[in-house]
Amino acid sequence: MYTKDGEKYFIVDAHVALWDARPENQRNIHGKQFIDCFYDYHRNLSPDEELWPYEDYLYQGGERLMKDLFEDGYVDHAIFQPAYLSEFYKRNFGQTEEAYGLATEHPDKLTYNHRFDPRDGENGLERLRADHERMGFRGVKLYTAEWNGESRGYKLSDPWTYRYFEVCRELGIKNIHIHKGPTIRPLDRDAFDVADVDHCASDFTDLTFVVEHVGLPRLEDFCWIANQEPNVHGGLAVAMPFMHTRPRYFAQIIGELIYWIGEDRIEFSSDYALWTPRWLVERFVDFQIPEDMTEYAPLTVAQKKKILGLNAAKLYDIPVPEELRLPDADETETGPRQPERADLGAQQ
Amino acid sequence: MTATRTEAAAGVMAARGEDVRQGGGREGGGREEDVREALSVVLDPELDEPITDLGFVRSIEVSPAAGTDADPDDRLDTHAAGALVVVHLRLPTSFCSPNFAYLMASDSKDALSALPGVGRVVVELDDHHDSDLINAGLAADAGYRGTFGHEAEESLDELRWIFRRKAHTAAMERCLTALLRADRSLAESAVGTVRLQDLPAGREKDALLRRRVTIGLPTEPRDLVLVDEAGCPYPPEAVPMALRRARSTRISVDGNAHFCRGLLRTRYAGAGADQVDRPEGAEPSDHHLLPLIVKEIH
Repeated sequence: MYTKDGEKYFIVDAHVALWDARPENQRNIHGKQFIDCFYDYHRNLSPDEELWPYEDYLYQGGERLMKDLFEDGYVDHAIFQPAYLSEFYKRNFGQTEEAYGLATEHPDKLTYNHRFDPRDGENGLERLRADHERMGFRGVKLYTAEWNGESRGYKLSDPWTYRYFEVCRELGIKNIHIHKGPTIRPLDRDAFDVADVDHCASDFTDLTFVVEHVGLPRLEDFCWIANQEPNVHGGLAVAMPFMHTRPRYFAQIIGELIYWIGEDRIEFSSDYALWTPRWLVERFVDFQIPEDMTEYAPLTVAQKKKILGLNAAKLYDIPVPEELRLPDADETETGPRQPERADLGAQQ
Repeated sequence: MTATRTEAAAGVMAARGEDVRQGGGREGGGREEDVREALSVVLDPELDEPITDLGFVRSIEVSPAAGTDADPDDRLDTHAAGALVVVHLRLPTSFCSPNFAYLMASDSKDALSALPGVGRVVVELDDHHDSDLINAGLAADAGYRGTFGHEAEESLDELRWIFRRKAHTAAMERCLTALLRADRSLAESAVGTVRLQDLPAGREKDALLRRRVTIGLPTEPRDLVLVDEAGCPYPPEAVPMALRRARSTRISVDGNAHFCRGLLRTRYAGAGADQVDRPEGAEPSDHHLLPLIVKEIH
């Protein structure tokens, strides 16, 4: 819980990780390149006083995570979103078992989400069922640019992905978090394109698709498809810290999101351990749209409360104290998708 | 290439003569300048900016052809025997998309190979997850499909076109939003009838005209500004939505361009000296001291 100027904010950090990128866990040069890329994001976007030494960045462990999120970070509830990257790391990047253990120990504070890779075929489907029986998760994180043998990417509209979504539907895994990366098959296409989210969101209207990083670097494509698909949400992982270095850009991101998809489908996250939640929460509560940006209305306290926690709490049925809840806003000016406009959108 | 960009690139070159691997200060500067000039036509297809402005050219090395005793101040085209040109490229992260990385590297090799007086060209991409693959493909002139094998289906042409269209969309929005900001009485719904001749001369209009040419749209003064990629105008009721969509594209392109520049500066100390400022979407942290005045809720 964060309190400022008499207002109470219930905080849900919707994208956190417990990773191990230490040299002894790196399988090859790509393991180092990957964590170095994260660390450059961290160095580039963080305020000086929030910078971590490289060694701290490689591995945090559960104890530090609990402190950074819940003691120092105002977070009421956080959701693990694992990335395996088993082609880069010997015992995976995301430490699934440790994260699951922590979530089991602190069910009021942590939710464990799982992952799958549709290229694992029938075996992977069986494993998903078995994992679900053991861990009982309600969400999965998919990284479409994950390397897997000869393949370095897949699309959400691939037939095998659909097989997995059908099983998700059957098992009650209703939140699908999506992270696009730099590779896809074939490489002829833009790997960051979110058009495949459009397809699966139309075909699986009972599932919720949370596009992480609000589609960055394809904000415009994300806004357009999320505008048309009411079951598509935007996760603010990596977008949040732009508040510090590039506040005008961040203002435009938030302004566009609220214009296109409204205030009820945007979810805060620190993307821990890329960043820690404390400064992001404090600064977001203080953040305002620059005065000269006449195309956007100022952010309201209610909008900030929804983005910082209430929206994600709704997705995961996380109990929120009665007095902190807020009603949904009206539809956006752009409205939900009209069926006859769907094809027009898909062509562009 | 515009005059503005040439001047800007020349300014940077003058400022950083000592950085190049050739390490020769003035010596051989003429030849290196030719190489850099040739590379300035290579665009990052996603950001629609020259790789020379983005700081992606890490080093340029020009050696006279074996057996010639060339005057180092000579221009390249006097070396009939053909010089060896070695260029290293660098990108903001190891995980920049390999398809874009390949395009920039192979476009660089093509541009340099076409330069008079050049014999052999070596272009290498440094510190990328696909450096080995891409560098081997370039050395063998294997082409896109030969480089990426089973991961490549046809070509990267459509990928290029997607971003040329986005660059046009962003340029169009910049011009129209500038008009709206300058004249508060102008309604958003009215921008559908603005013609090229109504735009004030300057950088934004030049950029729009250039991008129209790139995607094959006419540039007559009477042509409408707000058009789709096929050059078709929007019916009046669709104008505000078209402008809003274009705006999200512009925000995205500007945001990505600045984030990529910033990451390059973080990754390679001193890389900022190799970058030409991008006024579009610039913020105080990009060395432009713009005041940030926030809205009040009433």
